Amino acid sequence: MLQLIENKNIREVVNGKTVITKKPELLAPAGSLEKLKVAVHYGADAVFIGGQEFGLRSNADNFSIEEMREGVEFANKYGAVIYVTTNIFAHNENMDGLEEYLQAIEGAGVKGIIVADPLIIETCRRVAPNLEIHLSTQQSLSNWKAVKYWKQEGLHRVVLAREVGAEEMLKMKEEVDIEIEAFVHGAMCIAYSGRCVLSNHMTARDSNRGGCCQSCRWDYDLYENVDGEEKALFNEGDAPFAMSPKDLKLIESIPHMIELGIDSLKVEGRMKSIHYVATVISVYRKVIDAYCADPENFKIKKEWLEELDRCANRATASAFFEGEPSYKQQMFGFHAPKMKWDFAGLVLDYDEETNMVTLQQRNYFKPGDTIEFFGPEIDSFKMEVGQIWDEEGQEIEVANHPLQIVKFKVDRPLFKFNMMRKENK
Amino acid sequence: MKKPELLVTPKSVDHIKALIEAGADAFVIGEQKFGLRLAGEFSVNDVEQATTIIHEAGKKVYVAVNAIFHNDRLDDLDEYLKEMQRIGVDALLFGDPAVVMAVRELGITIPLHWNPETIATNWFQVNYWNERGAKRAVLARELSLDEVVEIKENAKAEIEVQIHGMTAMFQSKRSLLGNYFLYRGEVMEIENRKENKNMFLHDKERKNKYPIYEDLNGTHIFSPNDMCLIDELTDLFEAGIDSLKFDGVLQTEEYITTVTKCYRQAIDAYFDNGEDAYDEIKDELLEKIKEIQPAIRPLDTGFIYKETVY
Repeated sequence: MLQLIENKNIREVVNGKTVITKKPELLAPAGSLEKLKVAVHYGADAVFIGGQEFGLRSNADNFSIEEMREGVEFANKYGAVIYVTTNIFAHNENMDGLEEYLQAIEGAGVKGIIVADPLIIETCRRVAPNLEIHLSTQQSLSNWKAVKYWKQEGLHRVVLAREVGAEEMLKMKEEVDIEIEAFVHGAMCIAYSGRCVLSNHMTARDSNRGGCCQSCRWDYDLYENVDGEEKALFNEGDAPFAMSPKDLKLIESIPHMIELGIDSLKVEGRMKSIHYVATVISVYRKVIDAYCADPENFKIKKEWLEELDRCANRATASAFFEGEPSYKQQMFGFHAPKMKWDFAGLVLDYDEETNMVTLQQRNYFKPGDTIEFFGPEIDSFKMEVGQIWDEEGQEIEVANHPLQIVKFKVDRPLFKFNMMRKENK
Repeated sequence: MKKPELLVTPKSVDHIKALIEAGADAFVIGEQKFGLRLAGEFSVNDVEQATTIIHEAGKKVYVAVNAIFHNDRLDDLDEYLKEMQRIGVDALLFGDPAVVMAVRELGITIPLHWNPETIATNWFQVNYWNERGAKRAVLARELSLDEVVEIKENAKAEIEVQIHGMTAMFQSKRSLLGNYFLYRGEVMEIENRKENKNMFLHDKERKNKYPIYEDLNGTHIFSPNDMCLIDELTDLFEAGIDSLKFDGVLQTEEYITTVTKCYRQAIDAYFDNGEDAYDEIKDELLEKIKEIQPAIRPLDTGFIYKETVY
C-alpha cells in the first residue's frame, strides 16, 4: 500500500477533532430514470446519464430530454446534480443536430456534459454556455501538461485516463488548478480509451461512437511466426491468451484519493442494475462520510467489503492507482460467475401496523429462502421468508413472476426503495 | 492538380537512401520513447544523420512525437524537442496536447502534424487543431472514402491519409504478453521474446491473425490485413489529398522499398500522363505487390469502402 500523506489544505480541527472539509463528489452511473433515482436515494452527489445521441453506450436505455428534466428535478431535491455523456468522437455525419441537442440538455437543467471531441466542446461553449464541460476519459489524459492545456481551453473538469496512478494525480493537482475526476469502481477498458478500434475491425461496429463489442474480453491463441512457420506459443490445455481486465475497485484507496484532493470519484456502469448501483453507491457513501468525519480513527470495515462483494460480477483489482498492474489484475482461463447474491425485490411500501412489506419481485423467491434487506435508512439484516401473498391477498407458493407485487411479514421497519436480495445457492 | 506527397517509413538510415531512390517524397522517423509504432528506431544521432541525407535529396523528414505521455517523460520530451529544433526537421507528429504546450513554451518553430490516429474523425477537429498550430492532420484509418473527401473539402489544414500497410487497432499501457507468460509461470519466455515482433493472435472464429508486440508504450495490436489502395487512388487524387502515407511497420526493408516504387509509379503516371495512363498500369502494380505480399498478410482496402455501424 502507498503511504498516505495528509493534505493540510483539506482538513480543519473542529471541537478538538480533525475533520476533512473538502469532501469529493460521489458520482454514480444511471442508464434509466429508475436507476438515477436509486443512485441519488442511495447517496450519490451526482449522476451521469446518456442521452439518445452523441453518447457511448448505444445499447443502453438512455434518456429522452423529458426524462432528463424529470431526473434533474428529482436529483435537485436531494441536492444532487446531473451530467450527460456526449463523448463520441463524431464523424462528419454526426454533426447535424448537435446545437439543438446541447441547448435541449441545457434547458433540462443538466449541470454539465462529459465530452471528448473538440467539436462538441466548442459547439457547447457557443450554444449552451451554462453547461459545464468535463473532458471525457476517451481523451486518455495522462500528464499534467495536457491537463494544463484543457484548463487553458476553459474546461471545468477533466476525467483522467484509467492509466494514471496516485503519484501522477498528485503532480497534476499541484501543477494545475482544475477539478479532477477519477474512476474508483467498475468495468475497465484494457486499452487506452479512445485508442482501441478492435470492434471496428472484428465486427464493423465503431467503438468510438458507442458500438464497442468488447472484443478484448474474448480469447485468442498466441503464435510466433518463424521464417513463415507458425509456431504455437501455448501447449495443449494451457489457458488461451486473454486481455480481459478485472473490474476496478478502489474502496480501500478512498482515503488516499481524498487526501490527493481528487474532486469527483466516479463509479462506472450505466448498463448495471439498480441493485448494483444501490449497493456500490451506498458502500462508497459510507466510506467517504466516515473518513471525512474522522480521518484519524478511520478503518475500513469488513462489512463494507463484504457488502460490495455481493453485487460483484467479476473479480476486482486496483488497476493503475498504486502502480503498474500485473497479470493478477487480468482474468485468464475459465472464470466462474462471482455473484453470491441475487437482487430479488424492491420495497414499495411498509405497513408499520401489520408489519407487512409490499414488494416488487425482481427475481424468483419462495417461503423458506434466506433473504437480506438493505437500504440507506436501515442496517442490513437477514431473515427467512415466511408466507407470501399476492396483491389480491391470495397466498402463493412462490414469487416467480417478474415485477409481480407481493406481500409478506417483516419484523423490522422498511422504507420505499429498500432492496431485498437472496442468497445464491 | 497538385501531386500528393508520397510519405514512407524507413527502417534505418541506410534504408532511407534506397527509399529516396525508390521515389519517396517524405519520411517519418523517431524513437519509441516519443513516437508510436515506428517502422525503425532512430536515435537523435540517427535523426540528425537522416535529416542531412533527406535534405540533400530535397525531401522532407517528419519526427513522430505522438506518444500518449505520462508525467515521467515530460522533461525528456522538452529536451527532445529542443534537439529536433537544432537539427531542423520539417515537422513533428503529435497526438497529446502536452506537445502543443511544450512547443509553445520552448518557442519551437517546427510545424506540427496532428496525428492521434483513431480519434481524428471529423473536419471540425482538423480545423480546431489547425488553429492551435497543426499545419496538417493525419486522418483516422477507420473512415470511409466519402468521409475522407468531405473532411478534405472542409479542412483548413493539409490532409494525410494512409494508403498502404497495416494499421494499429489497440494500445494498452499494460504488458499483456509479459502478463500472459507470467500467468503461465514462464518468466523465461518474456526474456526470450521481449523484443520479438513476429508474434500474432489467432482469432479462430474470424480466421484472422493480428500482429502483437510490446514496447515502452505498452502493448500494440494490429489489423489482420494490409491496406492496399494502389489500384484505387483516383478518388484520393481527385479529392486533392495532400499526403499519401505507406506505413511500413513490421515489414522488411525490401518490401517497403518495392512497394514505395509501385506507388511512385502510380502517382507519376496519373499526374504526369493522366488518368488513362494510371488505369493502364494499376492492375500490373497490384500484381507486383501481391507477388511480394507475405502469405500471412492478406490485402484489403481498410475502411475506405466499408461502413461501420454503432
